[in-house]
Parts: sequence; structure tokens; C-alpha cells
Amino acid sequence: MELIHSILVAPFIEMVAYPDFFLQVVWEGFVAGVLYSLIALGFVLIYKASGVFNFAQGIMVVFAALALVSLHAMGVPAWLAVLLSLGIMGLLAVGIERLVLRKLVNQHDAILLMATIGLTLVLKGVGQLVFGGEPKPMITEQLGLPTGSTDWEVFDGIVIFQHIDIAAAVIAVLMVMALGVFFSKTRIGRALRAVADDHQAALSVGISLHQIWAIVWFASGIVALVTGIMWGARSEVSFALEIIALKALAVLILGGFTSIPGAIVGGLMIGVGEKLFEVYWGALFGSGVEAWFAYVLALIFLLFRPQGLFGERIIERV
Amino acid sequence: MSKTTLFTLAAGVLAASCLVPVAQAQDSMYMPSMTYRTGPFAGGGTPFADGYADYFNMLNERDGGINGVKIVVDECETAYNTQKGVECYESTKGNGALAYSPLSTGITLALIPKAPVDEIPIFSMGYGLSAAAAGEQFPWTFVYPASYWNQLSSILKYIDSNGGIKDKKIGFIYLDAGYGKEPIPLLDQLSESMGFSVAKFPVGVKEMQNQGSQWLNVRKERPDWMIMWGWGAMNPTAIKEAAKIRFPLDRFIGNWWAGSHNDLKAVGAAGKGYLAANFSGIGQDYPAVQDILTHVVEKGMSKVASADDVGNVLYNRGMFNAVVLAEAIRVAQDKTGKSVITGADMRDGLEAINLTEERLTELGLPGFTGEVKGSCSDHEGGGSVFIQQWTGSDWEKVSDLIAPMTDVVRPMLEEAAEAYVSDKPDWKGQTCS
Amino acid sequence: MLYREAGQFKTSYAADQALMPITQDRVGLLVILVVTFVVIPVFATDFFIGSIMIPFLVFALAAIGLNILTGYAGQLSLGTGAFMGVGAYSCYKLATIFPDINIIVLILVSGVFSALVGVLFGLPSLRIKGLYLAITTLAAQFFLEWCFIRIAWLYNYNDSGAIEVPQRKLFDIAITGASATPTVRYLIIAGLVAVLTLVAANVLRGRIGRSWMMIRDMDIAAELMGIRPLYAKLSAFAFSSYYCGVAGALMVFMWLGSAEVEAFDINHSFLVLFMVIIGGMGSLVGCFMGAAFIWVLPIIIRAVPQMLGLDILAATTEHIANIIIGVLIIFFLIVEPHGLARLWQIGKEKLRTWPFPYAST
Repeated sequence: MELIHSILVAPFIEMVAYPDFFLQVVWEGFVAGVLYSLIALGFVLIYKASGVFNFAQGIMVVFAALALVSLHAMGVPAWLAVLLSLGIMGLLAVGIERLVLRKLVNQHDAILLMATIGLTLVLKGVGQLVFGGEPKPMITEQLGLPTGSTDWEVFDGIVIFQHIDIAAAVIAVLMVMALGVFFSKTRIGRALRAVADDHQAALSVGISLHQIWAIVWFASGIVALVTGIMWGARSEVSFALEIIALKALAVLILGGFTSIPGAIVGGLMIGVGEKLFEVYWGALFGSGVEAWFAYVLALIFLLFRPQGLFGERIIERV
Repeated sequence: MSKTTLFTLAAGVLAASCLVPVAQAQDSMYMPSMTYRTGPFAGGGTPFADGYADYFNMLNERDGGINGVKIVVDECETAYNTQKGVECYESTKGNGALAYSPLSTGITLALIPKAPVDEIPIFSMGYGLSAAAAGEQFPWTFVYPASYWNQLSSILKYIDSNGGIKDKKIGFIYLDAGYGKEPIPLLDQLSESMGFSVAKFPVGVKEMQNQGSQWLNVRKERPDWMIMWGWGAMNPTAIKEAAKIRFPLDRFIGNWWAGSHNDLKAVGAAGKGYLAANFSGIGQDYPAVQDILTHVVEKGMSKVASADDVGNVLYNRGMFNAVVLAEAIRVAQDKTGKSVITGADMRDGLEAINLTEERLTELGLPGFTGEVKGSCSDHEGGGSVFIQQWTGSDWEKVSDLIAPMTDVVRPMLEEAAEAYVSDKPDWKGQTCS
Repeated sequence: MLYREAGQFKTSYAADQALMPITQDRVGLLVILVVTFVVIPVFATDFFIGSIMIPFLVFALAAIGLNILTGYAGQLSLGTGAFMGVGAYSCYKLATIFPDINIIVLILVSGVFSALVGVLFGLPSLRIKGLYLAITTLAAQFFLEWCFIRIAWLYNYNDSGAIEVPQRKLFDIAITGASATPTVRYLIIAGLVAVLTLVAANVLRGRIGRSWMMIRDMDIAAELMGIRPLYAKLSAFAFSSYYCGVAGALMVFMWLGSAEVEAFDINHSFLVLFMVIIGGMGSLVGCFMGAAFIWVLPIIIRAVPQMLGLDILAATTEHIANIIIGVLIIFFLIVEPHGLARLWQIGKEKLRTWPFPYAST
């Protein structure tokens, strides 16, 4: 009886009793969700266009952020460092397309996934060899990102909004909008959608697959850089960041591999869900439930909808 | 080159590396150094390894070794990974290794049972298994200058002397792994005897950089003080999150692995006021550190990125690890009369170590740390910690040395040591008169 | 010339269906067994046995486990580390609850627990497929890791949170614990791995194994032909997890001597997966080749600068090892997606036709 009470009643009483705190939890979850969405977005872009499940997205986040802070440490001004790191991600995209993807056309999903796992190892080694393995602080102020916080007094308490978190949310929204415009209004964007729909049909109307692939990898490189800056500002830039990217996999399951809105909704669901669960129910399980909550949620969800929230319906024929 | 030649070459290298023992000159002593300059914890491993190697190299350059015998420092990269650490141990133990400092709780636990068999002592300086401080049960393991439990008791004493601890609520945020959970039994026990309450906040190894929920819970629980058992990327993230929820940072104490320059570099001025325990002196103002600068760093023999890194918290701690080992070698040489000693001699040397303030001054480290005196039964040496505070750009010592509550901790250590050996019928301890 | 089956006539169906129909293969196997059980224990150094052969065999067994699931039954799994953990933790619990039962028996029994957990986490495979399933196995990985930390009963409430191997004897010879010599531990592992590999080889070519391969190649078609996906998939999960569990128990009891949760983390799962990829999906020989490749290659890379007298930082060689393995994985996928095992097979084909490569076979 007591157990049922502590699962079904007590948390809600607590939520109502301290609404300011509840709002804070939701806000924190929202911000974490936005950051998960950003990582997931990188995955979706690549998966949509090339059918590659890019396991290296996490290490690309680290790599981009490391390139940025290392360039800045060498005395390059912040704005130029951003441009140069974008250049590096561009080169990486072209290199990956030339050396890996082009040779693996038409291979099975799992083989492409494994190629990106190999890529992860290469990037990990190169990154540590070139930039050094020790963690580095993110150059938040030099990039002109806001620090500090704003209080919102509500329900006899306060909710604290960090400016950097607000900035993260705004940038994420802008980025999704920019991608939306890019996909629907530009020539390359339309070509991208054509490739995502049907490789062969796209080829037959004269779209270059190689070019499109390099572009999507570059686009997800940009997303990786932004993600790296935002996560780096929350803690530091280190190779431990790579692990967080795994959580984006759960986001993908919820949202479906091919849907950009899915990545965002999935990210927010997991961000808010895991914060609420950890804060209000975590203690019942001995805390630390965040480590698996996202995956288990995704698993349960999949049992009812195997293609994810916004995924395309899977039709199988013999 | 054809595939066959490549294969033959590889096979040859493999065979040569495994079957031929490394030739060992008799005029040197072999000191393995397990490092982790790679992986998620590299930020802490790199300065530590630098300090360790530089001190031995300094002895070689300045004095021509220890009593005329040069020390060969051989690095083996573990990446903080237990399998690789065990492999490092197995591959180097045959070279006449004198002692191992595994630098990770996991590797330490794997090596503890091997030490008596191979007769090479384990020196886990302020980490590893707290119970190893009981020399009767663990003749081959040393945790100078203090175990985690002693450290925790010193931190609690500091809190007690700064506004009292009775009826206060202490929050304990820790890495959710063996390392972070180690002090919990003592914390629970002391909370009863000292009359404070405890709230625990575990941080998963994969959630180190994502601590939003833990700090929301801190805000909910409203503890008076926070104690952190953190490592690597967890530390700067925690301090940033604490500042975010406006937790007073001068009531937030990290343990000695959560208070280095590397941790606070990413936080900067926002971390002003944060406290941490430490047992090794800070800065370059020690004659021994100056000697390292002259004899090693300026000659370009060090691996430090810049000379400014010499003297930071973890560099000096790595150096202190080497200081204790070098001192143990000297003691062992005196005791045995040999100039080249063995692992077993080294054990006796470690056990008979006596680093008084006087001796530390002779070594060029006046006021560097508290006195460390080992004995047959005491393998932690009763070292004390001090509390340091982050000024926004550097660490500053803010307390005197705080002695641990040995009277409470010691019986618990012995009990834990008993429990450790209880299911190992052939475990060899030693009797101390 | 030497490797050719000409002249070997089969006179019964049994001979024709034998595991190794060609005499040369049988001789080769015999040589390998002699080297494994006689030459290496007698002549090799402790380091070679303890740090190369033991880990190699443990990983080979884990790779067999994963290969059954991924290579033969087509269910991609990223949870190998956790299933190995289940084996290790249950073996530890069994060893403390039943101290009198022989540890080898306990190691084999602990695989059963792993198999049960594997079946449980295999249930979603009935509805979820492909990459989606791979990610749900991550749920198993992280949830089980969390259990290993949070359920203190699993490690007998000790303060360090790690499992430590008690000393056990067989015929008065220490076989676990620090005083057990590498040679003894090696012989036990080699024996178990040999037996389990033989079992796997027979199961895989039997009815169950063939049903797994049908599911892998096309599950709907297999279902139409009377294979029940429920049994086929879950039995694949059970078998696979059993092998992984035994490998995990061996890893802790016969190799490391103690383990924290980190020993079974996601990176461990990936390591085994790399072995399967490099060795070759759907090949038992490949498991051994892949394990040798992934485990031994970094050791060689680390030894090379030392041999050549170069003063390279240990960390640098580590990075270089990472890059080389990564490049090799990609290289293999491009050149030979079927791994080392396929190269081996091609080599055998070439040998058969040598010195007349154009002769039709």
C-alpha cells in the first residue's frame, strides 16, 4: 500500500506542493532534451540521405568542439576558429564520402553501421593524437554566448533560467528552421529529399549521389559543432562527451530514424521524461535511473510501434 | 611486401616480444609507471604521470640515481581500463619491477591478490581499497598517506569546526562506481555518532557530464554542505551545476581527486569559493620542484606541455607518489645493504617509511604534506589532509593539516579487512607484534 | 598439391556428413590441438600464456556467443558486455553460496542464468528488427550495468562494489585465485573452449542452427516454411547468451581475478563486436581469428617501437593502435565484408587447385 502510494500519489503531491521546483525540473529536462535532439538531428540527416546509421556522430561532436577550442588556444580568433573548424568538418565529410561511403554503396545496413564504428575509432585516435586527450574548457565568452542567469519569481519561489540554456534552445530552433528552409526551398535541398526517397530514381534524373552525401555529412558536421559547443559550455570538452551521444540513439527510436520533427519531439520527451522520473521516482529505485530510463522507455515504446513515432511504416514482402 | 612476409614479420615481432625476456642491466632499478594519458580520464592521468616520471628523472640527473643506482621509469598505458592494466602488469612484472601504482580502483583490486604471489608491493596512494590500510591482512598493499575513509573523517572534522555538523544535512555526490561508493559505510556510521543526516546523489559513469537531475535533487533536499567523490569530467560539471542552482560553493568540498587545476580550468571564475581536500603541496616553491625544473624540464626531458604545469595539484601528487617510492628504496637499501633491491626488499622499505617534517625538508619539500609513518600494521601512515579553496584562478590553502579520526576509522578498517580475507582461505597475512 | 581431397572416398552417409570430411583438415585440427594443449603449456612464457592466450580464448568464446546471435541468427546485439557480466556475477554468487561445488561446474551453470536473461531481453526481437533491435539491446546493456551497481546483493555487500574471485582447488591444485598458475588456468580455459566450440559447431549445422540461418536470411520466408520465429529467435538469444555468460565468468575467474562493473561496459560490447566483424560473421573459425586480431594486434603495435628502440610515448602508440584498428575495420568491410574467415576460405580454395589454378573444380 505504501509502495503504491509512493509511486502513484506522493510524487504528484510533491509536484503540486512546489510548483516552482516542478517548473524548474521541466525546464532542465527541456534543455537537456534540446541537446539530445541536436545530436539525434545529426543522425537523422545522414540516415535519411544515405541510409547510413552514423555511429560516429558522437565522436564527431567531440572532434568538432576539440578542433574549435584547440584552434583558439593556438591564438586564432574565435570567429575564425569557428570557420576553420567548419572547414575541418567539411574536409572530413568529403574524405568520408570518398574513402568510405563510395566504396560501400549498396551494402547491408549493418555493414555501413560497422564502418562508422571503425570511423569512430579512427577519429578517436586522430583527435587525441592531434589535439591531446586532456579536457579543455569551452570558449563560451569568446564566442559571444551569454553567461549569467535570470530569475523568474512564480508561486512563491523562483525558477532559474541560465542564459546559455536559453541560447541553446534558440539556436536549436533556428537551426531546425534553417534546415527546413534548406530542404524545401533550395535546389540541393530538394535533391536531398529526392535521394532520401529513392536512390535510383534520383540518380536517373541526374542527381549526383556522391555530392549529396558529402553535403549531408557536412551538414551533420555543422550540427555536431553546435552540439559540441553547447555541451562543452555545460561542462567541458573531453572524450567523455562521446558517451552522451549514445542517448541520442534512444531518441531516434522514439522519433524514428528518418524524421526531423521526430528527433525533436523524441529528444524533448526523453529529456523531460528522464528528469521527471529521476527527480520524483528515482529515489524508489535507488537513484541513477537516468542511465537506462531513456532506453527502456524506447524499448517499451517500440513494442507498440516498431517504426517509432514518426518513422515510415515498415512493409515487408517475401 | 607480400602478405606472407608481413605475416612472418608480425609473428616474429610477437614471438620476440613475448618469449625473450628484456635484458636488464644490474646497475639500474626498474620502476613501472601505469599511466592513463588517453581515455575519458586523461585530464587527470597526464599531469600525474608527468610528475611521477620527472621526479625519478630528476634524481637520476641530479644525484645519479638513488645511492648511485639509476631508476628506469617505464610507462605502460592503461587508459584507466582494468584489462589493459592487468596486461601491463603481467608484461612488466618480469623486468624486476619494484612496486606498482595502478592509479585506478579497478586495476588496484585486480592486482591486490597478485602482489603476495609475485612479491611486488602495490602502492595505491590515497585510492584503491581502504581496508588495505590494515597491514596485518594486507602485507603487500600500501595506501599512504591516508585511506579514503580517513580522508572523509578529516573532511567531516573540517565541517564540524566551521559552524558545527550536528543536526546538519550533508549531501554526498559521488561517481556511481566502486571508487565513489567506497566511503559510504563510514559516512553512514559517522552520521549516527556525529548526529548529522545524509542525502546521497549518485552520478552514473555515463552521466558525468549530464548532472541536471542530481542537482535538481540537491535543490529539493537543501543540504547544508555538499561533499563530492568525483573524478574526471564529473568535477567541472558538478561545480558548474552547483553554481547554477546557487549552492554556496564555499560549502561544497571535493575529495582529493576532485580538486585539481585541470578540474577547475573549465570552470574558471565561476568556481570561486569551491573547496577541496588535498594532501600534497601546491606550487613550484619547493626546492625539489625547482630541481625538477632545472634538471629535467629545462633540459627538455619532461613530457609536460609547458613549465607552468609543473607544480599544479596533480603534478605534485604524481611527484609525491615518486617521492614515497624513492624514499622506500632508500630505506630498503639501508636495511639490506644492497644497492639493487628486489620487490620484497621494497615492501620492507615501504613498511618502514618515516617521512617526518625534518626528512621532508631534507628532501626539499618543507611543509609539503603531513607526516607519514608506516608500520607493520599501519599501511596508511596517519597522513593528514588540508583544505584548499579555488580563488577563481588558482588554489589556495585555507586550513591547517586536519588529522583523521583514527579511533573511529581504524576498527572499521580492520573489520573490512577481515571481511575481505574471510572468503579466501589461503590468504597470507602477517602478524605484527 | 597437399591439400586436396582427391582419392578420399566416402562409403557411408555418416562419413559424408562428418564435421571435417577431408583428412587434411583433421590432421590440421590435430596439430592445432597438440600445439594448444602440449606445445604452448610446455614452452611458452607466463606472459604469453597469461596475457595473450588466456584473453584470446576468453574473447574467442564471447565472439562465438555474439556470432551465434548476429552472424547466424541475424540479430544485431550491442549488449554482449552485459550478458558476460550476468555470467560473471552469477558465477560469483554461486561460488559464495555453494563453496563446495567444483568451480568449473559453477562456471558452466552460470551461463544458464545468462541465457535466461538473454531470453528475457530477446523477447522484443519478436516484434522489432534490424537496427531498432540493436538499440533495444542497448537497453539491456545499460539496465544490467545499473543492476550490477545498485543491487548490492550481487557483490555480497562488500565496500568496494567489485567481485573478487575466491581461491578454489581441483585435485589440490589451485585453479582460481592469485596462486593459480597461468598454465593451469590456460589449460582449463582451453579445454572448455574446445568443448564448447565443438558443441557450437554441431548445433549450428543441426536443425536449430539451420532454422537460425533461415530466420537471418529472410524471416518471413522462414516462417512460411514452418520455422517458428518465437523458438528460433529466443533459442538463438539463449545459446548466444549462454556462451557470453560462460566467457564472462571465465574472464573474471580465470583471467582478471576481480572485476568492477566497468569491465562489462559498452566498450566491452563493442570490442567483441569488432572481433566478430573482423573475423567474419557466421563463421566459427572467424571468431578465433577476429579475437586474435583485435587482442593481439595492439600488443604488437605497442611492442614495435620498443623493439626498434624508438622512444615513443605509450599514449601515442595507443592512439596509433586505435587508428590502425579503425582503418582495418573499414578496410575489411570494403575489401572483404565477410572478414578474415572468408580470406581463409579463399586461401583453402587456392590451395586445392594449386598448382593448376585454372582447372575447373
